[in-house]
Amino acid sequence: MKEPNDVIIRSVTKVAVVIIFTFAINLFFSGHHYPGGGFIGGLAFASAIILLFLTFDIETVRKNIPVDFKVLAAVGVLIAVLTGVGAILFDAPFLTQTFGYFNLPIFRKTELATAVIFDIGVGLAVIGTSITIIMSIGDDR
Amino acid sequence: MNNLVILPIIIPIIAGMIMVIFRENLILQRFLSVFSTIAISVATLLLIIQISSKGIQTLYLGGWEAPFGVSMVADMFSAILILVTSIVSLCCLLFAFNSIGRERESYYFYPLFLFLITGVNGSFLTGDIFNLFVFFEVMLVASYVLISLGSTRTQLRESIKYILINIISSFLFLVAIAFLYAMTGTLNFAHLSLRVAEVGQEGLMTTVALLFLIVFSLKAGLFLFFWLPGSYSAPPTAISAIFAALLTKVGIYAIMRVFTLVFYHRPEVTHLFIGILAAVTMLLGAIGAVAFWDIKRILTYNVIVGVGFILAGVASFTTEGMTGSLYYLIHDMIIKALIFLLGGTIVHLTGTSKLKEISGLIRLHPGLGWMFFIAALSLSGIPPLSGFLGKIFISEGTFKTGYFWLGGIGLITSLMVLYSIMKIFINGFWGHTDLTEEKEKGTTKGLLLPIGILTILTIALGLGTEGIHGYVDIAVEGLMNPSQYIEAVLGSNPAQ
Amino acid sequence: METLMSILVGILFAIGTYLILTKTLLRIILGTSILGHGVNLLIITMGGLKKGGPPLLGIKNLTYADSLPQALLLTAIVINFATTALFLVLSYRAYKVLGTDDTEQLRGTENE
Repeated sequence: MKEPNDVIIRSVTKVAVVIIFTFAINLFFSGHHYPGGGFIGGLAFASAIILLFLTFDIETVRKNIPVDFKVLAAVGVLIAVLTGVGAILFDAPFLTQTFGYFNLPIFRKTELATAVIFDIGVGLAVIGTSITIIMSIGDDR
Repeated sequence: MNNLVILPIIIPIIAGMIMVIFRENLILQRFLSVFSTIAISVATLLLIIQISSKGIQTLYLGGWEAPFGVSMVADMFSAILILVTSIVSLCCLLFAFNSIGRERESYYFYPLFLFLITGVNGSFLTGDIFNLFVFFEVMLVASYVLISLGSTRTQLRESIKYILINIISSFLFLVAIAFLYAMTGTLNFAHLSLRVAEVGQEGLMTTVALLFLIVFSLKAGLFLFFWLPGSYSAPPTAISAIFAALLTKVGIYAIMRVFTLVFYHRPEVTHLFIGILAAVTMLLGAIGAVAFWDIKRILTYNVIVGVGFILAGVASFTTEGMTGSLYYLIHDMIIKALIFLLGGTIVHLTGTSKLKEISGLIRLHPGLGWMFFIAALSLSGIPPLSGFLGKIFISEGTFKTGYFWLGGIGLITSLMVLYSIMKIFINGFWGHTDLTEEKEKGTTKGLLLPIGILTILTIALGLGTEGIHGYVDIAVEGLMNPSQYIEAVLGSNPAQ
Repeated sequence: METLMSILVGILFAIGTYLILTKTLLRIILGTSILGHGVNLLIITMGGLKKGGPPLLGIKNLTYADSLPQALLLTAIVINFATTALFLVLSYRAYKVLGTDDTEQLRGTENE
């Protein structure tokens, strides 16, 4: 079988994936006050991984990212639900969020919120599910 | 605020997610699934005690108050249903341990089962109509996978139809929600009830109500049940038993909730329409049950008859009718799971579901036979068993409203149900014993325990009705007086 | 604007219904997808189309858009995405196992 000529997509992907990853993380953190958040950040992150799938082989990517995405999704949902359960322990309604301002060494005065933990959960769940869907369709020939 | 209200939803989802992580460890999965259903029952029992002493319990998620935030509301009606749900699902789980097979077990059977329960419990508890949609979808997505789990040819063929029907009905649900939001500007049940009472339930509002009725009818199998016999007879016994016991009941719950809390101003239009649909459903279901000679088909058509009968009580819209509907709903959840498990055991033993090829089972399996007999009597409402009281009250309710035709059809179809189920008993258990112990396709080892529990439950529910009478009365009182629900959710002076 | 959107919703519904009534599974899935977009558009139209800023903390606006239909929409899109993906995977499985994607040949009630 002839090797496909895919120099362009390979070189573009190597750069683009890094940019998309950075952008995804930016989207994720901006979600606290502006448009963005765990769902969109997770989707952007997943799109970068799917680009990797397209360019290189699924096998290659799987070898380099040895994560079971179904487990990743489950862990994500678990994190999101458990932050809600955390509120029950403080006798507040389920899913109550709280935040505070802390003086961190480098960042100076920073707002830390429990909503971010919830969003991390959502993000992981979205990444896990979307990659699982793509893999279950694309992985078979 | 009461965090107990959320527990029936988060216990199964946390347990399910842990199971997905430990996919290989089947013993842990079995233990966790049993543990979580028992934990839900305990939490719900506590909830029922609190409701009976302190009234309807609510929880505003994240502290965002109704009608702005997401609220969870547990009144006696939903608490009773959740308790029955967890008992029935425990029995189906016990049955699944010995019958579902290793391949399905390792392919996420237990997590999916728990997600299904999450969806069902969530639908019972939610306080706004959009989250009803969300929990419906959680339940349906789990059921899509469960129905196709194992990928046999029949299952795949039926699951495609099932999914398509449900996707379309979900879209109709969204359309109805959009119209409702445009007209009232809110989606919280209590707030909706107030707003609809304010503007009056005129023609347009009644049209939206009927659109909701169509959506819920598709889910409940009320008249629009054409998808039900095929899809409920395709999956393995434990799965079809939980479907028969729970899925249609969630649709019935939604009809009862929406048409007693929000759209109750025009019973002569909406409730009469429910009554007509219920009558047609009962007739068609009973004809199907009588006509078929296939165990699984007879049982699925009996599910349809049950749906029609419960909603006949709702259609009467009287205290008696509602009491009857609630009694019969509880009875129906238990008895449908029981009868499906029994039918599945017969199919499992003989390897065929064609009634004419089975006979004389009672010599080899007397226990199974007598339990089937009890279940058959209970299904058709013979006095000391659990179906009787519901039948009495529903008939009384329909006669009181003047819907004599509806009550009459209900009683006639009861006889047809009795005939259809006795047909299974007489053909399957009496007669010449063809099978010998060696020729059987399976054993009843471990399968009789959950069946026994459910049989005892249906006897106990019939004999000990006095015990639950007080709780059912509280539930029905809450259903007939929407102001209780509104007050519990929005506070005593709803200014908005 | 609302009238225009309603007409568009109607067109989308018509296309979706037509596709669902065809025989090929893939077209049926596309039909449900288009129907889903129609429903989403309907929700946002029914919420009232008006000008206004997003109801976010960092932005100073005098008027705000109604955020509830948008929240509903986002949820509906996510659910629609999930069910469509599941439907697609399942139809693919069905196609591989049953060897056909013609709904005409998926009829019948008996076991094979």
